[in-house]
Amino acid sequence: MLTDFGRILIFLLIGVIFTAGGLIASWLLRPRRPYPEKLSTYECGEEPVGGSWVRLNVRFYVVALIFLIFDVEVVVLFPWAVVFKNSGMLAFLEMAVFLAILAVGFVYVWVKGDLDWDKPSPRLPVYVKGKGIISEEMERTEEKEYVSV
Amino acid sequence: MNIIEPLVKIALILLINLTTVAYLVYTERRVSAFIQNRVGPNRVGPMGLLQPVADIVKLFFKEDIVPTAANKFVHSLAPLISLIVALSTFAVIPFGNTIHLFGRDIKLMIADVNVGLLYLLALSSLGVYGITLSGWSSNNKYSLLGGLRSSAQMISYELSMGLSIIGVLMIAGSLQLDKIVVHQGNYLGGFLPAWNIFLQPLGFITFVVAYFAETNRLPFDLPEAEPELVGGYHTEYSGMKFGLFFLAEYANMITASAVITTLYLGGWQFPFIENFGFSPLAVSLLQVAAFGVKVALVLLFFIIVRWTIPRFRYDQLMNLGWKVMLPLAVLNIIITGFFILV
Repeated sequence: MLTDFGRILIFLLIGVIFTAGGLIASWLLRPRRPYPEKLSTYECGEEPVGGSWVRLNVRFYVVALIFLIFDVEVVVLFPWAVVFKNSGMLAFLEMAVFLAILAVGFVYVWVKGDLDWDKPSPRLPVYVKGKGIISEEMERTEEKEYVSV
Repeated sequence: MNIIEPLVKIALILLINLTTVAYLVYTERRVSAFIQNRVGPNRVGPMGLLQPVADIVKLFFKEDIVPTAANKFVHSLAPLISLIVALSTFAVIPFGNTIHLFGRDIKLMIADVNVGLLYLLALSSLGVYGITLSGWSSNNKYSLLGGLRSSAQMISYELSMGLSIIGVLMIAGSLQLDKIVVHQGNYLGGFLPAWNIFLQPLGFITFVVAYFAETNRLPFDLPEAEPELVGGYHTEYSGMKFGLFFLAEYANMITASAVITTLYLGGWQFPFIENFGFSPLAVSLLQVAAFGVKVALVLLFFIIVRWTIPRFRYDQLMNLGWKVMLPLAVLNIIITGFFILV
């Protein structure tokens, strides 16, 4: 007797065989003509500058931490949602309290600015009547000209 | 005898799934061409219908370039994870009602597990490993950025996805996908099919948006944003390994469409079919066809969205995920709970 999870296992195994089969077939068929330049890391045709395994922006870690907290929340919500119809008002209020506590944490993170990511602040050129299009660059060059004269 | 039936079903599903993947790529190229007033691939075979075959053969014969700086084992492992995860989600999707064939009742899904929805969420969140590992192992700055962005994006939207599903669970009262579909076979007021899209419009929107982000499709394809990251996580991939990523992306699309159909669009339900007086076998077959048509329409929606909406900026993406989608999904739970109680 094959259980449902047994079927999933068979499905996974066939999936693995299929994908690995594709890789092996292409390994048998494909040409191999490597040379150092071909195997260098791509960086727009330039020699790569430094390594890539570097420190990352700390925001990624913060997002991962907030995710962990909320993911646990989702896991708690699942069984609650399944039995919700039969458990009535009390269950609803209990979950509302739980969500409210989480909401406080969420608001804290929001107000602290941990959900804000760096925005580009482009300085767009503006049109001024009589003067034409003025951008910051042009202003700077004009200043320079005055100084030099 | 007991093992043959699941094997046949698995083989059929894999075969159909992969053929659909191949032709989905073709459809996407044709549709995008029409949207941009081009012709698209039309040389290989009648109307270019053999183009996918040509593409796959080409991928098989391409040299596989692994950069010397890369971590070779993880570099090869990542595309495998991506594709296996993308394919295996299909194990719990019901694509038809129980069908009576050759004197026995055959359930048209591979495994009717009682935690189907959890299995689905668990596997779809595993997909992030394929992309993150490929980004890290390539030892390329673009790949690393793509992989990082993708992991942050996918975990952010996974929350909204999980929370949107809660609404469906509260209505259906089961994690079993088959039961969720059966539950959508009723009628609201006698004329409107009780699909969850009508019961949960807000949840449907948040779920679809979150699933778009999970599958890294435009407008959420920051991980591979071509103009800034070259190819993102698959910059350093070539040949069949690149092909596996490509297949995985489209297989994910199919899974996403199937899941959206199952949870919100009534799955294999064919409204009012019991009134036409077909034989049971014909009804079952028509229901499978209904499932196929719904999935195809959702896929077409995916493609059209990709070619009509521009890409987000990263801060917009994170803002949308955390400050709009998450509160909306929680709001959906509260509204649903309120309506069930009243």
